[in-house]
Amino acid sequence: MGSTNSTLSKIPNAGDLMQETGFSPAHIVRLYDRYKALDKDKKGHLCPQDFGAIKELAMNPISDRIIGAFFSSGQEVLDFPSFVRILAHFRPVDKNRPKDPNSPEHINSRSNKLKFIFQLYDQDKDGKISRQELLQVLRTMLEKQVTEEQLESIADRTIQEADLDRDDAISFDEFRKSMEKVNIEHKMSIRFLR
Amino acid sequence: MWISVVLALTVLPAMFGLSLGFTDLYIKVLVKTLEWAALRIQRAQKVPAVPCHLPNGIIQKGDSSMEEEIVELRRMHPHPLTGGNFTLCDTFYFCKKGIESIVEDQVTQRFTSEELASWNLLTRTNNNFHYISMRVTIIWGLGVFIRYCILLPLRIILAATGLSWLVIGTTLVGILPNSNVKDRISDLLHITCYRICARGLSAKIHYHNKENHPKKGGICVANHTSPIDIVILANDGCYAMVGQVHGGLMGLIQRSMVRSCPHVWFERSEMKDRHAVAKRLRDHVADKTKQPILIFPEGTCINNTSVMMFKKGSFEIGKTIHPVAIKYDPQFGDAFWNSAKYSMVAYLLRMMTSWAIVCNVWYLPPMSQQDGEDAVNFANRVKSAIAHQGGLVDLSWDGGLKRGKVKESYKEAQQKMYSSMIVGISLKPSDMM
Repeated sequence: MGSTNSTLSKIPNAGDLMQETGFSPAHIVRLYDRYKALDKDKKGHLCPQDFGAIKELAMNPISDRIIGAFFSSGQEVLDFPSFVRILAHFRPVDKNRPKDPNSPEHINSRSNKLKFIFQLYDQDKDGKISRQELLQVLRTMLEKQVTEEQLESIADRTIQEADLDRDDAISFDEFRKSMEKVNIEHKMSIRFLR
Repeated sequence: MWISVVLALTVLPAMFGLSLGFTDLYIKVLVKTLEWAALRIQRAQKVPAVPCHLPNGIIQKGDSSMEEEIVELRRMHPHPLTGGNFTLCDTFYFCKKGIESIVEDQVTQRFTSEELASWNLLTRTNNNFHYISMRVTIIWGLGVFIRYCILLPLRIILAATGLSWLVIGTTLVGILPNSNVKDRISDLLHITCYRICARGLSAKIHYHNKENHPKKGGICVANHTSPIDIVILANDGCYAMVGQVHGGLMGLIQRSMVRSCPHVWFERSEMKDRHAVAKRLRDHVADKTKQPILIFPEGTCINNTSVMMFKKGSFEIGKTIHPVAIKYDPQFGDAFWNSAKYSMVAYLLRMMTSWAIVCNVWYLPPMSQQDGEDAVNFANRVKSAIAHQGGLVDLSWDGGLKRGKVKESYKEAQQKMYSSMIVGISLKPSDMM
């Protein structure tokens, strides 16, 4: 018995992780179990192939980008704290958690959620979604279903709508502005049932 | 002298289908104890009672389709959509779905044991429960002692008795010339053996709708959770089993069973030839004197919270299908066989050291293939009926995915669906405004 407590003690720096991400002990334990389950070869860390083995993810058109978000800066190894930190972006926004103006923004704030998506588009991390980058995303999402011309015209139109300073790219602020009315908190949150 | 007592107490009631009432009493005591334990745990945790199991996982998932979700996203987007309808926020949908599947996916989830809402005093199901109190610990310790030192030996003896009865009995019956009497003795023999085995697992089975019991010359189809399903079903009737020929003890049992009544055992090489398999099954079913065949179309063990894709082979034979739904109560013991994690022997030991196996079996009215309906749709129809009756989730994932890779076609289907939203709608921009 005493299962949660003993599992929690197996997780290094669990306390810090909870503080940083806002996950409860039960959530951390579940994520840890999931992490271990994904690590089929028991390497002690995750690699991109482990994500590739998830069936539902494999059929997602932007699966490569999502996996890429976990393995930033060309790393091939994902440890548990990093795994949890990325997933923390998708925690529902806590309405009750007091917002200390001096503390850094919560990982799951609206702004950080938007940044996460922005980075899915902005692969070279220059702070702007260029036309090329947009085309690349469209290509992975649609692949054989539309022609190159259709892709180009879609990209053109999208940039036209969002690009306010006419530099033929979408900066993070322009991105954020176009998402003003979208209910990010709801659409980009995953609720644990327990 | 002891042996005759044991035999009398186990075999005779089993032959006549009577119950000495031990199992029922045991289950009643068990339920009271588990309720008590649950109350104490609740009190200690100060958590409101979670009324039922969590068969559908740990995160909340929406039911809406891709189209509904993306349209909703776009509605919130301020700019009017003029043709070529892609918006930057479309990615949100895919991203969220992707992350959801990283936290938990429908397929892997079905191959691990179901989680319980409140602990049932078995260490193996202890996921989320802390140390509660001395009293609960003592009861748990008592439980361990009872299960391992009293119940386990008893159950092993029963199982051994049942199996040897089967092997010896069927060999003897095999000597008799084919006749009605032989068939009846053989049936009695089989049922007795399965009943003894069921007692060996402390199984309490509740059969519903017995009027729909599969008839001779029919095909019985059920959802698969473990090898014990066979014992559960065969307690109430005789079936012709279908399966691969094994070696060792299983092989011995298979060979002796076949002596007294026909079963369908395939060599490994035969299994590859689908037509040969179908032919043999068809021949068996065509013979109205033979018992109905029992098939598990999922092809693999699933964890009893859902029903996965039914392989169409059994539905192409063209006879009446008798669907049966089996639902185990996980409170008393987890019946799911995780073949990746446990070998058959380890699994049986786990079964015999659980509290009990309590399950419900529903016999559904017979279904046949309708005109113009192909095997796949027929299979899905039967699957839905079983899922609905058993309170299981109806999934179209293939159980074989447990081991294999997802086909490219799934991804393409997603891409196609999405592209129709972008390009297809662009033909009528005025409708979107």
